[in-house]
Amino acid sequence: MNETLLIGLAGILAAAAPVVFAVVGETITERAGIINLSLNGTILLSAMTGFTVAVSTQSLVLGFLAGALVGALVAAVVAALSITLKQSQVAVGFVLALMCRDLAYFLGNPVMGMSGPRVPSLPIPGLADIPVLGVIFFRHDILTYLSFILIAVAYLYVFKTRPGLMLQGIGERPAAAYVRGANVNRMRYLYTILGGAIIGMAGPMYSLSVKAGWKGTISGLDGIGWIALSITIFGGWSPLRAAFGAYLFAFLQWLGLVLQPQLPNVPSQVLQVAPFPLMILTLLLVNIGNAEWVDRTLAGLPEETRRLLARLLRAMRTSPPASLGVPFESD
Amino acid sequence: MHDRKSRWISAAFQVLAVVTALLFTTAVMLLVKAQPLEAYKNILIGSFGSVTKISDVLVAWVPLLLAASGLLVTFAAGLWNIGIEGQITLGAIFATGMLRLLQDSALPPELIILLGFVAGAAGGMLWAGLVGLLKIYGGVNEIFGGLGMNFVSTALTIWLIFGPWKRPGVGSMSGTEPFDPSLWLPMLPGLRLSPWSLVIAIAAILIVFLLLQGTHFGLRLKAVGRNGRAAFLMGVPTARYMFLAFILCGLFAGLAGSVQVLAVYHRLIPSISSGYGFLGLMIAMLVNYQALWVAPVALFFAALNIGSIQLPIVLKLDSTLSGVLQGALVLFVLVMDGVRRRFTQKR
Repeated sequence: MNETLLIGLAGILAAAAPVVFAVVGETITERAGIINLSLNGTILLSAMTGFTVAVSTQSLVLGFLAGALVGALVAAVVAALSITLKQSQVAVGFVLALMCRDLAYFLGNPVMGMSGPRVPSLPIPGLADIPVLGVIFFRHDILTYLSFILIAVAYLYVFKTRPGLMLQGIGERPAAAYVRGANVNRMRYLYTILGGAIIGMAGPMYSLSVKAGWKGTISGLDGIGWIALSITIFGGWSPLRAAFGAYLFAFLQWLGLVLQPQLPNVPSQVLQVAPFPLMILTLLLVNIGNAEWVDRTLAGLPEETRRLLARLLRAMRTSPPASLGVPFESD
Repeated sequence: MHDRKSRWISAAFQVLAVVTALLFTTAVMLLVKAQPLEAYKNILIGSFGSVTKISDVLVAWVPLLLAASGLLVTFAAGLWNIGIEGQITLGAIFATGMLRLLQDSALPPELIILLGFVAGAAGGMLWAGLVGLLKIYGGVNEIFGGLGMNFVSTALTIWLIFGPWKRPGVGSMSGTEPFDPSLWLPMLPGLRLSPWSLVIAIAAILIVFLLLQGTHFGLRLKAVGRNGRAAFLMGVPTARYMFLAFILCGLFAGLAGSVQVLAVYHRLIPSISSGYGFLGLMIAMLVNYQALWVAPVALFFAALNIGSIQLPIVLKLDSTLSGVLQGALVLFVLVMDGVRRRFTQKR
């Protein structure tokens, strides 16, 4: 394999790392039955805060902690307003998405364009020298490695552990989980805040690594949160599939950059957003099995075609947790 | 008697929400060591300090009012039309396309402008209709379908500006070639404000108000929004009503985009929707989806946007301060509504 391709693939893994954090955090939140729509604002605000803290304390660790704290705080507001004060989750999340973005730009004005610390690269001794695989997987900074670990841990936790089973329960059938002794609303608080902290890590991952620095409105981070939200749906509420979506998105954006010289008439901004029509199409494909008219149409088809199509649709289909966005009342 | 008391309590909580939002924004300013009173004063002068400023506020009021009007219809049907940004953009693209098509023809300019509006409305309806179809027949939630369509519309704008519609020579972020002044919507002398766009926006909110308050259609639409299943069982064709709500919202959004092209920028620019769609969503939330209050709240939001423009020059503060205050207002109105409900439920 040629060198450019290998470096390209390695670059995709690194560029997707923050998105992986965002989609895994959101997946955990939504698994518990809460939609945190504030992602776009959370990521910008945590990026700015993480950068500011890292610059003023010269500590990368504190920068990342600050980012996670911002994410957890915003998520706590979402939880408090939707669970305790019974407001629409979508409304609260949307307002926070816009307000935190503007807060980030306003508060970040003084540190705009400053040079700050940057997470160093950390090739893993021994493994980094393996041909092909070494270049792709083992010559990153610590955050990219963490993103790999996060995917595995989140997947195992949700699907293979008892608390994970309970997490699925409070998102699917909160009443049943309640009967079995779960404090549904307290757990929803907990997972929303935990998910928010993970989402909040994505911000400093940009401002201290992938797109180091804070450049205000031209930081190029606006929109990433909305993308991550779409990827979470695409991921069908599975950490593994969501991570796959994040890598697919990064791959398509990289492909756009690579194809640029071959298509001189197409502006680069267009190739950058080329994944979106594809994203809508996949959303359509994974959702269309849920539509009522599809069942009706299928029922009218000859037996063999019907069975084939039904199996195809079922393979692609994903359904949200049954109680996603639905408030839970214990009495 | 009881009703009057609860209305007073409700009003008191709303005042409390506004005060809290102002305190929050003031605290944010103190965080960057700014002078809050200076900033508020500047916003006030920057929005209502002169006839030119007032006219600029009204220029921003028009698309906000159009967007919020359309959103009242989708909200009535229980739909979150976050794709409105893209619908405004498509309106602008279609209006620009129509003008480019006809600008060298022998048609009278008034007719070309009118056809521009028709095309813009069609563009908005097309984009909203697609979100509606995805939602109704594809099972794609309108929030995610709409978000995707927003990104596609942005890409389309940039492709047009740098590709087929690029300026003679080289395309640039400043947009397409400006139209001949004969194709501009007539403006008041010396101002950037066109009385025609004011007429369109005021007509829009009046139509929506009457539609939702006084018609059978509005009543059934609200039934769909409150409880779609029940409405369906009562014989309301829910799918058709939801689709119509999207189409109507798209129409107003498309008109907003057309106004930006025909009366404000006189060309297509990369961020032609200027975030007015998202602000429209905030306005609709702030007025609790009641048509009566949309016009004054939209005017206030427009004043904040225009008034904050000079903050970076005069006080070295970022102009996103207006967005912080707008967001804080909606957020604290939601908070206070929740607190009031808990407070009144316990009695």
